[in-house]
Amino acid sequence: MNFVIPDFMPAVPEIVLLALASFILIADTVWSKRYVNATYYATQFTLLLVGVLILASFTTDTVVTFDQSFVRDAFADVLKIFIVIVSLGVFLFSREYLKQNDFYKGEFFTLGLFAILGMFVMVSSYNFITLFVGLEIMSLAMYAMIAMQRDSSKATEAAIKYFVLGALATGLLLYGLSMIYGATGSLTIPEVKAIVEAGKADSVVLAFGVVFIVIGLGFKLGAVPFHMWVPDVYHGSPTAVTLFIGAAPKIAAFAIVYRLLVDGLPGLVIDWQPLLIIMAVLSMVVGTVIAIAQTNFKRLLAYSGIAHIGFLLLGFIAATPEGYSAAMFYVLVYALTSVAAFGMIIALARTGFEFDEIKDFKGLNQRNPWLAAMMLIIMFSMAGIPPFIGFYAKLVVLQEVITAGFVWLAIVGVVTAVAGAFYYLRVVKVMYFDSAEVEGELKATTKEMAVAVSVFSLALLVLGLMPAWLMSVAYNSLLV
Amino acid sequence: MVALSDYLVFSAILFTLSMAGIFLNRKNVIILLMSIELMLLAVNTNLVAFSYFLNDVSGQIFVFFILTVAAAEAAIGLAIIVLVFRNRNSINVDDLGSLKG
Repeated sequence: MNFVIPDFMPAVPEIVLLALASFILIADTVWSKRYVNATYYATQFTLLLVGVLILASFTTDTVVTFDQSFVRDAFADVLKIFIVIVSLGVFLFSREYLKQNDFYKGEFFTLGLFAILGMFVMVSSYNFITLFVGLEIMSLAMYAMIAMQRDSSKATEAAIKYFVLGALATGLLLYGLSMIYGATGSLTIPEVKAIVEAGKADSVVLAFGVVFIVIGLGFKLGAVPFHMWVPDVYHGSPTAVTLFIGAAPKIAAFAIVYRLLVDGLPGLVIDWQPLLIIMAVLSMVVGTVIAIAQTNFKRLLAYSGIAHIGFLLLGFIAATPEGYSAAMFYVLVYALTSVAAFGMIIALARTGFEFDEIKDFKGLNQRNPWLAAMMLIIMFSMAGIPPFIGFYAKLVVLQEVITAGFVWLAIVGVVTAVAGAFYYLRVVKVMYFDSAEVEGELKATTKEMAVAVSVFSLALLVLGLMPAWLMSVAYNSLLV
Repeated sequence: MVALSDYLVFSAILFTLSMAGIFLNRKNVIILLMSIELMLLAVNTNLVAFSYFLNDVSGQIFVFFILTVAAAEAAIGLAIIVLVFRNRNSINVDDLGSLKG
């Protein structure tokens, strides 16, 4: 038995993130009394540093380390960079909200960093154990983040719901993984793939495992019929936390779906494809239909998020490398749009006034034409209206699903997209054509927030005018 | 000699019980927490049985990780339950319905 020191180089961003997050956790207890903002700046610095580290060592090779349990490839690097970008925005927006609502504490930022560490591990997992551990690092941090607003009965209710359903999802996923382990005798994703493709495993046990895995992933993604928690959690959580759980974790969830179904079980595509078709169709239809009836803007975004997950799954259903990269493009666009939309709520919220009802947007154009225009961009992008980036995201996914021969799925997608435009455009109508209930100018809470919202919203327009760049990033990271 | 299928049936029964516990229980949130633990134990049984019959140790290592994480999860779950109780003076599942729509 000889001990080989593993190659730590591929995991340097994670190691740095872990070290700095632990440092901030301890340092925060010391310095938080005297230097209120120190934790915030340290967090943002950590994220920037990690982002730079990934960019500096960006690689298109596939490097595997820690006894085949951790992988670093272009796919992982691109997703991690986007997780960093999205999280930088999330923390920037959260800060003001936390200050106003009197829980500007270091815990929010350290828990956030640990959740991001979990996402990194998920994105880079090449073994069921790493995948599970990454998933739990992320989930446990997020349960605590939702419950941070201790005296809010809405937030604690959201926390318990998220906790129970999250744990249930993990249980289902693990049960499926244990079946795959039993059939193949391996926990390593590439080995599982090889054994399954060689036909050496019992196909009944494998199919049984795949069903549980897909259900577990469905819970994590928030796809119908496993979506019950999404609207409640989005609505009940403090907006800063909703912003956090609505953006980067979707990227990480996409990554584990890819690692498990595409990297690990491509040989079982006939087993998981029909399940994904059911989930995609239900998500698109149910998400769109129920969203129409919503009056709360956070709930509306939750249901629209469910519909978006349906579109994302279309890329997986196509089951081609182009399809997967279309799904990747979709999830990146969705994460950026979601940060912009929740950021807008935060920018307009005041102490004791959440600004999360659709009627709060009445007459926004008279009160602040610039922010109303930004909101218009966000809503148009979500609805999939050109020239905004959301249009291209829907376009590529539908294109791939048609190429794969599922024309009827594309028709369902287009119909729900058109129906979905109704509730996005209703927000636009409320902003531009209804008269304001409260007169007077409505400014963003700080200049910084106004700039940040504008940057994220205009990015949707600029990326939409030049979609080739982001698309080629998504394509190249999967097709090399 | 206990066969592999016996273990699998046993863990499937445990798993079904825990699912029933989560979905049928309308009373106490603590029971939900117990059901979740039971579910993870069903998975562990599965993994250990497979690991023994496949003569492969990695399944047992996985079990260690699951046990550790389950402990952390129980800690956070109980903490959240304490918060819920403080806010509402009740931990009945039926009382957790204020978020709807």
